[in-house]
Amino acid sequence: MQKLLLVLPIIIPLGTSAILILTWRACRVQRWLSLLGSTALMVVAGLLLATVWRDGIQATQVGNWPAPYGITLVADLFSATMVVLTALMGFAVMIYSLSGLGIDPARESFGYYPLLNILLMGVSGAFLTGDIFNMYVWFEVMLISSFVLLALGGERAQLEGALKYVTINLVSSAVFLTAVGVLYGVVGTLNMADLAIKLHNTAEPGLVTTLAMLFLITFGIKAAIFPLFFWLPESYHTPPVAVSAIFAGLLTKVGVYALIRVFTLLFTQNVGYTHTLILVLSGFTMVVGVLGAAAQYEFRKILSFHIVSQIGYMIMGLGLFTPLAIAGSVFYIVHHIIVKTNLFLISGAVERLRGTYELKELGGLYRAYPGLSILFLIPALSLAGIPPLSGFWAKYTLVRAGLEIEQYVIVAAALLVGLLTLFSMTKIWNEAFWKPLPDTSEKLVAGAAANQNMGRMRVLVLPIIILTLLTILIGLVAEPVLLLAMAASEQLLQPSEYIEAVMGA
Amino acid sequence: MEVVLAIVVGGLFAAGLYMMMRRSIVKLIIGLVLLSHAVNLLIFTSGGLTRAEPPLLPEGAEEIVMFVADPLPQALILTAIVISFAVLAFALVLFHRVYQSVGTDDLDRIKPAEESVTHL
Repeated sequence: MQKLLLVLPIIIPLGTSAILILTWRACRVQRWLSLLGSTALMVVAGLLLATVWRDGIQATQVGNWPAPYGITLVADLFSATMVVLTALMGFAVMIYSLSGLGIDPARESFGYYPLLNILLMGVSGAFLTGDIFNMYVWFEVMLISSFVLLALGGERAQLEGALKYVTINLVSSAVFLTAVGVLYGVVGTLNMADLAIKLHNTAEPGLVTTLAMLFLITFGIKAAIFPLFFWLPESYHTPPVAVSAIFAGLLTKVGVYALIRVFTLLFTQNVGYTHTLILVLSGFTMVVGVLGAAAQYEFRKILSFHIVSQIGYMIMGLGLFTPLAIAGSVFYIVHHIIVKTNLFLISGAVERLRGTYELKELGGLYRAYPGLSILFLIPALSLAGIPPLSGFWAKYTLVRAGLEIEQYVIVAAALLVGLLTLFSMTKIWNEAFWKPLPDTSEKLVAGAAANQNMGRMRVLVLPIIILTLLTILIGLVAEPVLLLAMAASEQLLQPSEYIEAVMGA
Repeated sequence: MEVVLAIVVGGLFAAGLYMMMRRSIVKLIIGLVLLSHAVNLLIFTSGGLTRAEPPLLPEGAEEIVMFVADPLPQALILTAIVISFAVLAFALVLFHRVYQSVGTDDLDRIKPAEESVTHL
């Protein structure tokens, strides 16, 4: 049963999408089946996390080929937490699409739901695999479905965004494959636990550090760290909002997950060099991302630049490389996935009401929709790190970890970026919600009036309410989440348990 | 033999990256194709080259005693070829659609939509 739990997060989305392809033209059926699938995924992911929490790291050998020869699926607390978040975001976006407003009917009938499920499968697979080449395969599964989701609909802006996104990701895959190939040539294994053992006793530390840099580049592109982030703000605002919400929540975080995994398990021989470099990059990522956002006046573009800036915080914990810092990173990822997806969903709700994402053309939302405005304000303040919301605890943990080992520069950068994030969020608040509606926008509002069906809007707002409540909940009862993050970080920094679970299973 | 292949791999990487930096969208995709070939050859080379030593057990033998080729790099390459074939086929169609919708194959002239609107 426990072995089954490791396979189900991959099987459920695969099975769901297979059934969905059979019901190709029946959108209504597809909506409900997807919702059912993502609910099942959430239950299984929750059970998996509970099992890992209770019994320690779980591992299973696919096809009973013993490690290190076969492919291992392994879940420690970090990956189980990520799977839970994946399922949760899948669930939120499925409800959002259920309203019929999150995605237009044309896209819906051309494979939106099957693709979304394949995407969830790729993401869960990447989190659960214990084999570095298998991780490449899951990345490709995730990428190809994201390519299609991004380009689906074929609007000009979408195609241009997809061109950049596809090109940069293919380059990143090529680098990934190069790194895996050379790694195999040097060490002769691909199982990550086995790699950890063999890399630890390596005779060629120089070559291993070079390999570490190759992995930093490939996962850095996926995670959108400085200076490899430019593709993200160019593409994330182009697809329909349900798609960009799931991208914003999950895809870059797979890159962050992979970075944390390889730089805690495999490449810890030369921490002084590699992790210091990561720390410096994290500082630049934070600052450049937030400054980029300051110049933007498009709702989703601002949010896209903030993804980059927030990735900096997650990498910062890895760069500091203390138990508390890694726990801070894990906490930050949990907080960020929930809040960021939520903000994108809200931007979509705003667009449905007003017909535009341009801040200059928006306005008067607080007067017309006070409820939605409060729903925006909570995750926005959480993103900026205002107590007592989830973002505050995430930043607090990271800042404390930085102070403990006297890395004052990065702490200063983190605090400054928090302030600038607040500035950005205030800008959106002032422009979209607070200022009166510009006269020139009457036509846009009238054009969007068809969307203002109260019943459908309620469904659209439902996932936003759920995610906002989660943000508040994590803020008010931060201790269990912090305990989870601390335990996850302990497992990450002491790989012996991971290695034992994989090699002994 | 390793040296020759290393040079070929290096050449393919250089050619692929050079092609990607050209302005034409067609050259971009040729660059991506060359890049994926370079990586496949690199895995092949780094896995170790051996001649005429198939990893097969002779009849009746319980375990391999002599030196044999490592079959894993080839399995990796096979997987990588299948994946890159699918992804590049998709990319080709996508780039064709971009060409149709933008009306140019010059990457420098493909600007974000909102900017190009104001310039027209």
